[in-house]
Amino acid sequence: MTDAKYPRSEVDPDKCKGCGLCIAACPKKVLVFSPKLNSKGYHYAEYVGSGCVGCGNCFYNCPEPDAITVYLRNYDPEKVV
Amino acid sequence: MKKTVLRKPKGFIDVYKHKPGAEKDRTHYCPGCGHGILHKLIAEAIEDLDIIDDTILISPVGCSVFAYYYFDTGNFQVAHGRAPAVGTAVSRANPDKVVISYQGDGDLAAIGGNNILQAANRGENIAVFFVNNAIYGMTGGQMAPTTLLEQITTTTPYGRNANTDGFPMKMCEVLSQLSAPTYVERVSLHDAPHIRRTRAAVRKALQNAKERKGFQFVEVLSTCPSGWKIDPVKSMEWVKEKMLPQFPLGVYKDVSNEAVAVERPVPIFDPAIVWEKLGISSVADVDFPRGDVPDEYRKMSIRVAGFGGQGIMVTGQALASVALEYGYNVSWLPSYGPEMRGGTANCSVNIQDGTIGAAEAVKPGLLLAMNRPSLEKFEKFIVPGGTLIYNSTLIDIKPVRNDIKVFAIPITGIADELGNTRVQSLVNIGAYAAITGMFNVDHVVELLPKLFKGKKQAIIDLNAKAVKAGYDYVKENF
Amino acid sequence: MARMLMKGNYAAVYGAAMAGCTAYYGYPITPASEIAESAAALFPKLGRIFLQAESEVAAINMVYGAAGSGQRVMTGSSGPGISLKSEGISYCAGAALPCVIVDIMRGGPGLGNIGPEQSDYNQVVKGGGHGNYKNIVLAPNSSQEMCDYTMLAFELADKYRTPVFVLTDGVIGQMMESVTIPEPVKELPDKSDYAVFGNPLHKNLVNSIYIDHDDLEAWNMVLYKKYQQIEENEVRFEEYMMDDAEIVVVGYGSVSRVLRTAVDDARAKGVKMGLFRPITLFPFPVNEIAAFPGRGVKHVLTVELSTGQMVDDVNLALGGVIKSDLYFRLGGNVPSADEITGKVSELYGEVK
Repeated sequence: MTDAKYPRSEVDPDKCKGCGLCIAACPKKVLVFSPKLNSKGYHYAEYVGSGCVGCGNCFYNCPEPDAITVYLRNYDPEKVV
Repeated sequence: MKKTVLRKPKGFIDVYKHKPGAEKDRTHYCPGCGHGILHKLIAEAIEDLDIIDDTILISPVGCSVFAYYYFDTGNFQVAHGRAPAVGTAVSRANPDKVVISYQGDGDLAAIGGNNILQAANRGENIAVFFVNNAIYGMTGGQMAPTTLLEQITTTTPYGRNANTDGFPMKMCEVLSQLSAPTYVERVSLHDAPHIRRTRAAVRKALQNAKERKGFQFVEVLSTCPSGWKIDPVKSMEWVKEKMLPQFPLGVYKDVSNEAVAVERPVPIFDPAIVWEKLGISSVADVDFPRGDVPDEYRKMSIRVAGFGGQGIMVTGQALASVALEYGYNVSWLPSYGPEMRGGTANCSVNIQDGTIGAAEAVKPGLLLAMNRPSLEKFEKFIVPGGTLIYNSTLIDIKPVRNDIKVFAIPITGIADELGNTRVQSLVNIGAYAAITGMFNVDHVVELLPKLFKGKKQAIIDLNAKAVKAGYDYVKENF
Repeated sequence: MARMLMKGNYAAVYGAAMAGCTAYYGYPITPASEIAESAAALFPKLGRIFLQAESEVAAINMVYGAAGSGQRVMTGSSGPGISLKSEGISYCAGAALPCVIVDIMRGGPGLGNIGPEQSDYNQVVKGGGHGNYKNIVLAPNSSQEMCDYTMLAFELADKYRTPVFVLTDGVIGQMMESVTIPEPVKELPDKSDYAVFGNPLHKNLVNSIYIDHDDLEAWNMVLYKKYQQIEENEVRFEEYMMDDAEIVVVGYGSVSRVLRTAVDDARAKGVKMGLFRPITLFPFPVNEIAAFPGRGVKHVLTVELSTGQMVDDVNLALGGVIKSDLYFRLGGNVPSADEITGKVSELYGEVK
């Protein structure tokens, strides 16, 4: 969250249904199943914290509208309306 | 526009208010369901094309029955398979809006097969997203029209057999053969590059729809992990390995560049213009003054009968039309019931003041018989003291009744002498006018242009002669 | 001039045009095809929509789409076509969409024939499709009423947001009579509270699915109360020679025309016969018929072109207090006035 220079993928643990499609689609293998369960009993996906290249595959492979957000390179939150 | 963040697109509703229960922030779809992926692509395109406030989405029956929970558009939920029919009317009512028909394979290709075919063939201004996952998901995994050969479903427990179940339905191949569709493409969601290709197809279809370029059809090969009983990631592989060989991807038709915007008329409601366009005048009706009509002819129940082609219906309609102009209540009823059988055409006409009851002249006060079978059939029903007019040119027998007034008139002969047998009907009107005193011949002639609206002047003139000839014959002979 | 000679089928379309009907979606079927044909002739002159659908099912679903888009919309058909439309009518009722359906009844069951019958009564008056719904049903008996009641049908449809039938048979549809065309409506109702226009202010939802049991029960109660309100407010009927009638013949549509003549004939012979003609079949004039015994009515004869469909409603209203009989003709046959007076004489021994 603090370093805007690097892209990153953010998974909402509560909305993830643990289907694993983002994990399979990630070319850098930087998404993994969490060992933890969410409130629905799914092992949700999570970003390992580095290595994301901002390709957006996880976002577009994810069937849940609000489960994954991807911040792209040089993302500046002030510029987004 | 370059994106700096990929997040829930604004084509989706913030809070899914139509969704019952507490979880109004997530979809009802199973983990790994392809619907969710396609939903996201559509919602993103709706946001990016700036059509959030100009889109109407039609949700089908099937797993996407609740698509309306999610899209921040105008929404319809409709009957199984009927989205293209509903979409047709929605698009006609809202010609400048983007209308999306979102359908699954059972909905679109089975129960709604004809609806999609015909909407496509009309080139309706709608964008169709067709989710082909080779199975009925919502109802628990039955065979879809797109189920693969040998695929096991709950209704093909031994695998789909071409002999008994037919072959997978290939909608892109079918629809692309039609003249009207603008854009037909089959895409797939089985991996990231193909999802990107799907994204492009979705955007193209919606861009075309925004430009009102007619019928857009995007078939999306998708997964149903629950229905297939395969985990989500392996489901993607299953699409690639099993579905792709039977459902080849690609653009099947694309005439987007040549397509012109569909234009629809603007309805008119202004009362004055409505009447003008329909030829209705606001000037009050003025009745012809009635002549001296004997009591017995003031409430007429008339049967006109003869061969088909003898102007039977025209005679009846003309009687009613002329009487109407004198302010009478009238009815004209073509033959119905058993009279239809037996080779004669006939109709019933009532002319009277006050409410007309039974429309059929079961016991006519006046019979106009144009041929022998009609005379034989209906003479006996004439009320005692009633009137019989018969066509003596064609009828070679005498009436048997002696309690009625009889007028033998060579109707066909008179018409033939005028040079056209078809003017018999107006000979009849002239004769009727002379006998009953109900119509003035000059009034009838005055009405002819209206009765024969659109006909040539020569025809009208000939019919005017026919009216007079019928009238004169009666006056001279009876 | 606004006075024209026209068939009932045409008159219905003129009525629709005057009511501001914006779209006609239909499929040809005898004896109702002339409705589609006249809409095809008239509507384009007014910039309005006529579309010949691929099927009856498609037509009624187009009606659903147009009604949901806020348009006044109409379709027309006959028995077999109405059977096919039942699904869509149920959806219209379930989504509370106003629309007008003209049914020119023909002979059945199955393909039957194209003669006049009244055997669609049950499927139209009792709902017809699945679920708890009713249609308002108007039963005109003349060309003028085909025009006027079609116009009225649009008003009632919008007032109650419900499908309204104009139910008649091939006799009324095919018969030409004088029709005075009413003035067109000046203003169409505002439907922005429910119609989908595809604009930011009115992102409405047209829908008939309520997945939660309590939600569906609640919605059905809304519909149920609506039908009760319709029963309270919209009963229409016509009486003829009823003041001192001891024998009452009950019939609707084309039959009521024959019954009127039969009443005239009976009265000419001194028989105290009267005609009661329901104009709305739902709501049925229950209270008016229940009042017959109190008015001195001794016998009730229901006449139908069906084997006793409306008579069930007549008997429910009478509650067994007085004798009720049924006479019917079928297959396209229409009874004559003599047949009726003959039957009355046979049953009650009072007509010579």
